[in-house]
Amino acid sequence: MFDFLKSPILTFQEFITLAWRATTNIVRRPFYFNDVMLQMDVIGVGSLPITVLIGFFSGAVMALQMSRALSQYGATGQVGQITAITLVREMGPVLTALLVAGRNASGIASELGSMKVTEQIDAMRALGTDPIKKLVTPRLMATAFTLPLLTIIADMIGIFGGFIVAVPLLRLTTTEQYWNNAWRSLEYNDIAQGLLKPLVFAFVIALVGCLYGIRTTGGTQGVGRATTQAVVVASVWIFVFTFLITRVFVNL
Amino acid sequence: MTPGSTDRACVLRLEKIRLSFNGVDSVLEDISLEMWTGETLIVLGAAGAGKTVMVKVALGLLKPTSGRIYLFGQDVTDFDEQQWFQIRPRIGMLFQEGGLFDSLTIEENVAYPLVNRSSLTPDQVRPQVEEALRFVELGHTMTKFPSELSGGMRRRVGIARAGIADPDLLLYDSPTAGLDPITANNIMSLIIQERELRNATSAIISHRFQDGHMMANFRYNPESKRLEKMPEDSPMRARTRFLVMHGGRIVFEGSERELDQSRDPYVAKFSMQRSIH
Repeated sequence: MFDFLKSPILTFQEFITLAWRATTNIVRRPFYFNDVMLQMDVIGVGSLPITVLIGFFSGAVMALQMSRALSQYGATGQVGQITAITLVREMGPVLTALLVAGRNASGIASELGSMKVTEQIDAMRALGTDPIKKLVTPRLMATAFTLPLLTIIADMIGIFGGFIVAVPLLRLTTTEQYWNNAWRSLEYNDIAQGLLKPLVFAFVIALVGCLYGIRTTGGTQGVGRATTQAVVVASVWIFVFTFLITRVFVNL
Repeated sequence: MTPGSTDRACVLRLEKIRLSFNGVDSVLEDISLEMWTGETLIVLGAAGAGKTVMVKVALGLLKPTSGRIYLFGQDVTDFDEQQWFQIRPRIGMLFQEGGLFDSLTIEENVAYPLVNRSSLTPDQVRPQVEEALRFVELGHTMTKFPSELSGGMRRRVGIARAGIADPDLLLYDSPTAGLDPITANNIMSLIIQERELRNATSAIISHRFQDGHMMANFRYNPESKRLEKMPEDSPMRARTRFLVMHGGRIVFEGSERELDQSRDPYVAKFSMQRSIH
């Protein structure tokens, strides 16, 4: 009767096992520092240009959208505050995470999936290497380290994008007021949730990508399927977690 | 030391192995076999007979549903992954498609078992890697990536990697699958050379009866550096056994002569004699 629940529950169980093994491997020898650095380059540096671009435009569009609503209340001076809070609390972490999910959860799933179907993962095990330690842990560490950094960059560039719209373009406020407003409106609570979210999202992106990659079966078609599933599942969980984390912080 | 004078020890023993995925479809059914030092085992069978799955069970890459596995005299059935990592370096394995790591160069691929197991650096193992690659006549490909090599070359690199750490047991999964007959013969002659030079215990999985025939009847002559027919009284003949698998079961076990005489129509398909006539 509850057979339809079997597959999602098994997947969740696999996810928890993988998360546990990948996390405990961080402190276990041997350490694959080179792989971590390589993944940081791929995930962090590789995602930088697109993060900057999206960050800029999301801040700009936020200021544009708010300009009308604020002018109705004669509060155009608050544009800096609104842009900063929305970006730092929500837009920065979620948009960056969705970008990295689209770029890297898929990349990880297809890379590991191809390795699985060409027996490279079996070969790795046969040669005495733990694929979780060699493949999953470095990707998890790299994502957990770079995603918060990318988010901070996206937030800053976004606030700058808002500034470009608010001051030189629409003349809603003065330069000084914009930056003052943006800076003062941020509380520790905002910064804390703005940094906790990317850290949680990093776990989701890296582990979902790895899980779907490692589980791949059925040749090249299977790799395609795993890639799509990884992006979809990671994106959905990003939204679920942002809701849960926000719910906790709203009450604080 | 002449072949046969070594103390014979059981390298691999499978006892009543059964494996089924999702509890219904049985992939392996009641598989029992033994491999002794210096022996050559040739596992024949059509695609989907369970040959690869059986090897993966022997290597601990798949867990059997029931039955026991013994490696080098040790019961390894209930080993966890960490314990398997300790024992697997004693086994050299050539995967169906070579199983080379795409992101590593040929040199790094071949050096992997040595660098991974010990604290040696790639520079320290380079002479060994060069020798192993020269053995498979691919000394010039050190800096290339697997994607730049042909299927047969990748298989040869796989052979070099499987043998570099001097394993006690060599497993070759379909070494000639998907290759043209000339390349396939070259690969088989390399495997025969490897067997003679190391006096290694090896198992070859194949769907081609020619591979089994070559393993059972030819030996490598280091002087002429060529393969030659094995004398009728060679002890190697007695230490070469054939297995035929069908539908997850072992349907035949014996010497080449017994294989040729088998009345089973499925087994007879893998007999060199009857396939020719």
